[in-house]
Amino acid sequence: MNTPNYRRTQTQSRAPTSMQINPIPAAPSELGEHGQVEISIDGQQAKVPYGTTILDAARSIGIRIPTLCHHPDLCVAGVCRICVVEVAGQRNLQASCAYPITAPLQIQTHTRSVRTARRHILDLMLTNHYGECYACWRNRNCELQTLAEEYGVDWFRFGHVKEPIYAIDASSHAVVRDMNKCILCRRCVRTCIDLQEVGALEAIRRGADTVISTFADKPLGEVVCIGCGQCINRCPTGALQANDPTDEVWEAIDNPRKHVVVQTAPSPRAAIGECFGQAPGKALTGELNTALHFCGFDRVFDTNFAADLTIMEEATELLIRLRKALVDGENVALPQFTSCSPGWVKFLEHFYPEMIPHLSSAKSPQQMFGTIIKTYYAKVHGLDPSDVVTVALMPCSAKKFECNRPEMVDSGYKDVDFGLTTREMAAMIKEAGIDLPAMKPSGFDDPFGTATGSGVVFGATGGVMEAALRTAIELVTGDKVERLFQHADITPVRGMEGVRYAEVTIDRVGPVPELLRKHFTSFDFLLGQTLKVGIAHGTANAKKVVQDIKDGGKFASCHFIEFMACPGGCLGGGGQPIPTSPEIRAARAKAIYAEDRHAAVRKSHENPDVLKMYREFLTDGPCGEQAHHLLHTHYTPRGKFIV
Amino acid sequence: MSTKPQDILLGVDVPIDAGLQRAAGGPTQAIIDEVRASGLRGRGGAGFPTATKWQLAKDATGEAKFVVCNADEGEPGTFKDRVLLTERADLVFEGMALAGRAIGASQGIVYLRGEYRYLRAHLESVLSARRDRRVLGTAILGIPGFDFDIEIHMGAGAYVCGEETALIESLEGHRGEPRNRPPFPVNTGFFGQPTIVNNVETLALAARIVHRGGAWFAGFGTPASRGYKLFSVSGDCEKPGVYELPMGIKVMELLELVGGLHAKAVQVGGASGRCISRAEFDRSLCFEDLATGGAIMVIGPGRDMLRVAKNFLEFFVEESCGQCTPCRAGNVALLEGIELLIAGRCSMAHLHELKSLGETMRLTAKCGLGQSSPQAFLSIVEQFSDEVLGQQPRA
Repeated sequence: MNTPNYRRTQTQSRAPTSMQINPIPAAPSELGEHGQVEISIDGQQAKVPYGTTILDAARSIGIRIPTLCHHPDLCVAGVCRICVVEVAGQRNLQASCAYPITAPLQIQTHTRSVRTARRHILDLMLTNHYGECYACWRNRNCELQTLAEEYGVDWFRFGHVKEPIYAIDASSHAVVRDMNKCILCRRCVRTCIDLQEVGALEAIRRGADTVISTFADKPLGEVVCIGCGQCINRCPTGALQANDPTDEVWEAIDNPRKHVVVQTAPSPRAAIGECFGQAPGKALTGELNTALHFCGFDRVFDTNFAADLTIMEEATELLIRLRKALVDGENVALPQFTSCSPGWVKFLEHFYPEMIPHLSSAKSPQQMFGTIIKTYYAKVHGLDPSDVVTVALMPCSAKKFECNRPEMVDSGYKDVDFGLTTREMAAMIKEAGIDLPAMKPSGFDDPFGTATGSGVVFGATGGVMEAALRTAIELVTGDKVERLFQHADITPVRGMEGVRYAEVTIDRVGPVPELLRKHFTSFDFLLGQTLKVGIAHGTANAKKVVQDIKDGGKFASCHFIEFMACPGGCLGGGGQPIPTSPEIRAARAKAIYAEDRHAAVRKSHENPDVLKMYREFLTDGPCGEQAHHLLHTHYTPRGKFIV
Repeated sequence: MSTKPQDILLGVDVPIDAGLQRAAGGPTQAIIDEVRASGLRGRGGAGFPTATKWQLAKDATGEAKFVVCNADEGEPGTFKDRVLLTERADLVFEGMALAGRAIGASQGIVYLRGEYRYLRAHLESVLSARRDRRVLGTAILGIPGFDFDIEIHMGAGAYVCGEETALIESLEGHRGEPRNRPPFPVNTGFFGQPTIVNNVETLALAARIVHRGGAWFAGFGTPASRGYKLFSVSGDCEKPGVYELPMGIKVMELLELVGGLHAKAVQVGGASGRCISRAEFDRSLCFEDLATGGAIMVIGPGRDMLRVAKNFLEFFVEESCGQCTPCRAGNVALLEGIELLIAGRCSMAHLHELKSLGETMRLTAKCGLGQSSPQAFLSIVEQFSDEVLGQQPRA
């Protein structure tokens, strides 16, 4: 057909139009400048902006309408129909989430037919929802369960599936799918295509046979899934779950021969309280340390130490690339891309394998730490590395994939044995009978007890960039970063905007620090240069930036770009407590920046333990030969084609 | 009632392109006004006033506008569009060109039912001949700026793609699933542009109306359902086939015509329609009484009404797109209910609950398919309660 050149302009979403609210015609002029429409909901009068959905209008005046397929991060599917309301003059009930108000309406939210309909819809969902609540990991944190309780579901009026129909797909290290619990709200589908623009999931077949599946019904581990786990965070039921190694971790803890070491990332600390009934935004770092010792971990280390190490390696790598480009005239891949988000790395490997040279070869903090523990730490403490078990507490499901990458064995062993999500660790702590918020705080264990604020901010989008800039600026200018940014808060790179851009002009250069003399004789080549950086979080935004680079746009002239697979960065990771929303992520970010603000040391290159590491172990410095062997990695072009 | 004209759709003297000749050169609004005067309502079954739809699309703004002919005729028991496409394709295309002229579209698309693939070559040759005659393509009839061409897009067998927004979704290359409304396709349709989706018969009638004038057409039928309508008659009758009859004809009159007076029930409107018993045979086939897209299934005295209902529900269980809960899972619940009734093991309480569920489906499903899917069930358990409840319990 020669017609479809009319690209949808009003909406950017790649989700099918059936899963969106269509663009509405412009507001008629008689509504006035602000385009307000008068409505009444349950007798309450209100004026709402033209185009507001009934659901949002109701919420704005404090009227609650139940929802299930609706999610604040996603486009509107309007498929579950639980949010139906009565609109005066209309034959049918209307889905309030998908109904934009363009004319005065009289709405009623809980008439008899509405209540009956909602109860019926829940009854219908339960006909196909296999399993018992008490045998489900989402027990007491399940939207279907909550609504069933609210609407007084007391028996299965239209029956209840007695045997599972679908095999559980545990092929992916990151995400396990149990479609027997799926209620087909399609949040996962929309998360994958609308929020992340990956598109690994879609509904297949029709009618009663409809099921969410992958390309050609392949196991999730074999398709373009990047393992970000955002679908898990948005699933209203227990149909999606991270691949949970808790049993193996307990087994290691219970084995007296094993020395079990856990590292904790900054984001889980800022969010794990939510699993214990706390409001989002309160970090429980010290409490968690105590709890993990109680659980039986032999050592509790701070991933931030490895984050500082990552910054040293990644910033040095960037400076080397810049030297090669500006001095040696070599054709190096710039901008350099961060590589600490394993979901992002897999995204690039699948969708832009030709861009892999841009990825920093530095491992992520999790993997660097695993390697260091099984080499340096084991050696110093006289431990047999084969008896050391490394566990990583991460906000992430893709970290499970990352630690299982076949090349992640530079220590001679599997560098990180198990990745646990925030949710899984919370469950372990509960199982150990611990009330986390009531724990007495304690510090991290040595020899990696010192971490910096730079490591902490890794948890928020823009954090890696901020940490890298603090270090790069000071290493290059030989001067305090506070000269340029008050309190060393590099605010231009902070925030929640999906794509961000910032510039820093290098107005002076200092002598090359001893640590870097192997690579540089002088930094004069950087004098007067403007360092251009970019930030993108959520792979849909990442895609925009990569595409812009390919098209020779603004980001092509950048030197360094931070990419995070998850919206909000790690604090919004696929292993974080459920639910998630922009507000919850903002609260977690606040907790993270507060921790940075109060850190004794705030710059990676000032971390005494990191400096000690370069003195005693990685003696040829950042990006030296030893560092290269242990702290750097390579990537796999995967492409989109599935065999 | 006046006698049937010989130049309506299936008449013997139907001129081709007479409407186009008459109206193409005039003001575009005059086309819509003529259709409005005729009182024509959509012949797919929903009965939306055609002129209103066209006017909304004409007044909407967009980079381009589209005329889509819904030839996905998938309703069980409907085959009138197939006859029109076979014998009156020119009239359909003429109607599309007039619609395009009226709303300002230069592209028409025929969404052709997958099972009608065999018609494609014929339709292409008609289109090609029309281009040769300068009644399709650029500068139609030599009128500068009157550009309109038609392409054929094949459906692939999904019943739901007869629903206009699912049809558009399918046209765009997506899984055929209905969209959220409002806004409607007249504002945001094919690729977000103003789009009208009209049934094959509606478009063909529009061509005749523009030729003969709205008043001529409005002279037939009933006050709210003007004109003639094609009926696809099938089932237990002597003379099944496509009949062109005035709107408002009584079921009894139609049954007499087709040799089906012995019928025990008539399913009006196909699987998504309602089933009526003998007691209602004096009702009229028109929008104000028994609205229908034209499918009339005559059900003879030997038929088991529970099997009839089961057959329809099996259809919906399979043909629901699977998107919204009420339709996807509701039809399964109703089918299981029917199976309980057949086995004589459905309690009155459960039957009551099933009826209430049917009402919920009608009120809450995302599209017309789901909203109308419980109709057959509801009307059968209502009209034939003795038979439905009189089953001997079986294990």
